[in-house]
Amino acid sequence: MRTARWSRLALAAVGWAAALIIFFPILWMFLTSFKTEIAAVATPPAVVFRPTLENYAAVLRRADYVQFALNSVVVSLGATLLALALAIPAAYAMAFFPTRRTKDILLWMLSTRMLPAVGVLVPIYLLWRTFGLLDTRIGLVLIDSVSVLPIVVWMLFSYFREVPPQILEASRMDGASQREELLFVLLPLSTPGIAATALLSIILCWNEAFWSLNLTTVKAATLTAFTASFADPEGLFWAKLSAASTLAIAPVLIFGWVSQRQLVRGLSFGAVK
Amino acid sequence: MATIELKNVRKRFGAHEVIHGIDLAIADREFVAFVGPSGSGKSTLLRMIAGLEEVSEGEVRIDGQPAQNVPPAKRGLAMVFQSYALYPHMTVAENMSFSLRLAGAPKRERDEKVRAVARILDMEPLLDRKPRALSGGQLQRVALGRAMVRQPKAFLLDEPLSNLDAALQAQMRLELVRLHRELKTTMIYVTHDQVEAMTMADRIVVLSEGRVEQVASPLELYQTPATLFVAGFIGAPKMNFLEVRVKEAGSQLTVTLCNGAALAVPVPDASMTAGDRLTLGIRPEHVSLGAGELEGEIQALEHLGPRTYLHARLGDGGGMVVQTAGDTAIREGDRVAFRICAEACHLFDGAGQRLRRPALAGSQL
Repeated sequence: MRTARWSRLALAAVGWAAALIIFFPILWMFLTSFKTEIAAVATPPAVVFRPTLENYAAVLRRADYVQFALNSVVVSLGATLLALALAIPAAYAMAFFPTRRTKDILLWMLSTRMLPAVGVLVPIYLLWRTFGLLDTRIGLVLIDSVSVLPIVVWMLFSYFREVPPQILEASRMDGASQREELLFVLLPLSTPGIAATALLSIILCWNEAFWSLNLTTVKAATLTAFTASFADPEGLFWAKLSAASTLAIAPVLIFGWVSQRQLVRGLSFGAVK
Repeated sequence: MATIELKNVRKRFGAHEVIHGIDLAIADREFVAFVGPSGSGKSTLLRMIAGLEEVSEGEVRIDGQPAQNVPPAKRGLAMVFQSYALYPHMTVAENMSFSLRLAGAPKRERDEKVRAVARILDMEPLLDRKPRALSGGQLQRVALGRAMVRQPKAFLLDEPLSNLDAALQAQMRLELVRLHRELKTTMIYVTHDQVEAMTMADRIVVLSEGRVEQVASPLELYQTPATLFVAGFIGAPKMNFLEVRVKEAGSQLTVTLCNGAALAVPVPDASMTAGDRLTLGIRPEHVSLGAGELEGEIQALEHLGPRTYLHARLGDGGGMVVQTAGDTAIREGDRVAFRICAEACHLFDGAGQRLRRPALAGSQL
C-alpha cells in the first residue's frame, strides 16, 4: 500500500519534471520576448524585469506578419488536404485489398522519410525552377504534401485496419460502388482517425522549415522563414527573435490546444474501441 | 426467387486450393444449408455465390445467367453476416434503407418499405436507435431486416445465429423457417451446427475440406449417410464406430467385432473377402441393453430427462454411447451387456464410403 503510493508519487514527479523540461524553453522564449535586448542577454539571466512590447512592435514593423501567417495557413492546410486526398485511396487499397507486396510498399514509403531532405535539394530546386514553382504557395504545398504523405498513409492504414471488413462487404452487397463505400461507410467510420491524422499533418507542415527556407524568398515564405529572418547577419537580437518565434508558434499552439481532445481520441482510437 | 447453380467451382488462394470442384443445383424457394466443420470451405462457397470472393475456376449461375462478372450488388442477393456487420454510424432505419438510398429510391418509398419489414420483425420501436444501443438478438433482427428490405432473389446467411444464446437461437430458428415460408425466397444458410441445419433446411450440403460429402434431406442424411464423415458429423451424440473384420461375405456380411463376437449385417457385397477391415457405425438409439454381442463398463451418464445416454468403455478400450430410458437404474462403474441392432448398422469401407444395402420395404433405416 505504502510502496504503491510512493511509486505513484515518484511517477507523477518524473512526469512533471519531463513536462517542465519540455516546456521550459518555450516559457523562456515567451518571457524573453518581453525583455529589452539588454535584459535578454544579461548574465545571470534576469528573472524579474519590466515587460515591454517593444520587440513585438519592432518585429511587426520590419516584416508583414500577416502575410507570412497566411502563407503558413494556406500551405499547411493545402498540403494536408492534398496528402489526405492521395493517402485515403492508397490506404483503403492497402488495408482492404492487400497483396503480398503491401507490407513492402508501406516500408518503402516510410523509408523515404529516412532520407535527409537535403539529399534531394538540388534536383527538387532545379525541377521547381523549371516549372516556375519557386517562391509559390503551390510549390510549397506540393513538396510539403509529399513529405508528410508517408506518415499520413501509415496512420490512415492503421485506422482503416480497425474497421471490420465485413461492414464494407455489407455495403457492397447493398449496392455501394467503391466510391460510395469509401464515402458513406469507411470515411464516416474513421472520422476520429482521419481528424487525428490531419491535425498531425497540419502541425508537421506548419513547423516545416527546410523547404520553406530553400524554395521561397518573399511571396510564399511561411512563419518558419519569418522566424529565421530574425537570426540574421546583423547579429543576434534575442528578444526580437523570441518575439518572432512566439508569434510563429502561437497559432499552432492555440490550434493544438483547441483540438487536443480530438487528437487524443484519434490517437487512442483503436486502443479503447 | 432464384435458382443457383454451381458447376465445377474451384477456389484457390495462391497455389493452395480450398474448394475442389463443387457441383450443386439449388432450386427456387429452396432452403439449403451448407454444413461442415470450420475450414470445410462452406463460408468461402457462400462468399463466391455472393460475389465477395472470386471464383478461380468453374461457373456460378444465378437464374441461369453466368454471374462471375456481375458485381455483388447486381446479383440481387442479400447477405446476413455472422458479425451482423451493421453500419455503426447509422440508425436502424438508415441501416435498413441504405441499399434503397444507394439505388436512388425516394424517401417515402424507403420509409414505407423499412416500416413494413420492421413490422414483420416486430422491431418498430428500434428504428431510431443506433446499433450500439441494441442487444445481440436485436442486432440480429436488424441484420435480417436490412437483407429483407431489398427483396432479394435469394438470402445468403453466414452463421447468423452463432452469436446468440441458446434460447434465442431456438426462437430465431423457428422465426427463420416462418420467414422462409412467408417470403417464398431461396435461402442458403451456412452453419457449423448440424442441429441448425437439421431443423431448418429442406436440403443439406455436407462439406469437408472443400469437397461435397453428401447432398440430401435432413432425414436422409441421418438415416443413410453416404460417408463415414457424414455419419460422424450428423447426429448428436455421435454415431458409434467400431473397427471390424469381414468373417464371411455373401447375401449378407458377417463381421467379427473387437471381442470376437460375430454379427450378421444385411449388406450384400460380393467385393468383400474374409479378413477385410471395415468400420461399423451404429447410432446410440440402435444399441440396447441386455445380453448381446458386446460388454462394457459405464464411465459416465448423461441424464436428459426423457432419455439417458450411457458412455461405456468396451473391452478393447473403445467407447460406445447407448441411449436408454430416462429413469435407468444403471450407475457409473456398472458392467453391462449390449445388443446391436444389425439392421441399423452401417458399414464403411477403407475409403470411408458406405456399403450400399438394398432398400428394405417399410424400414426407416
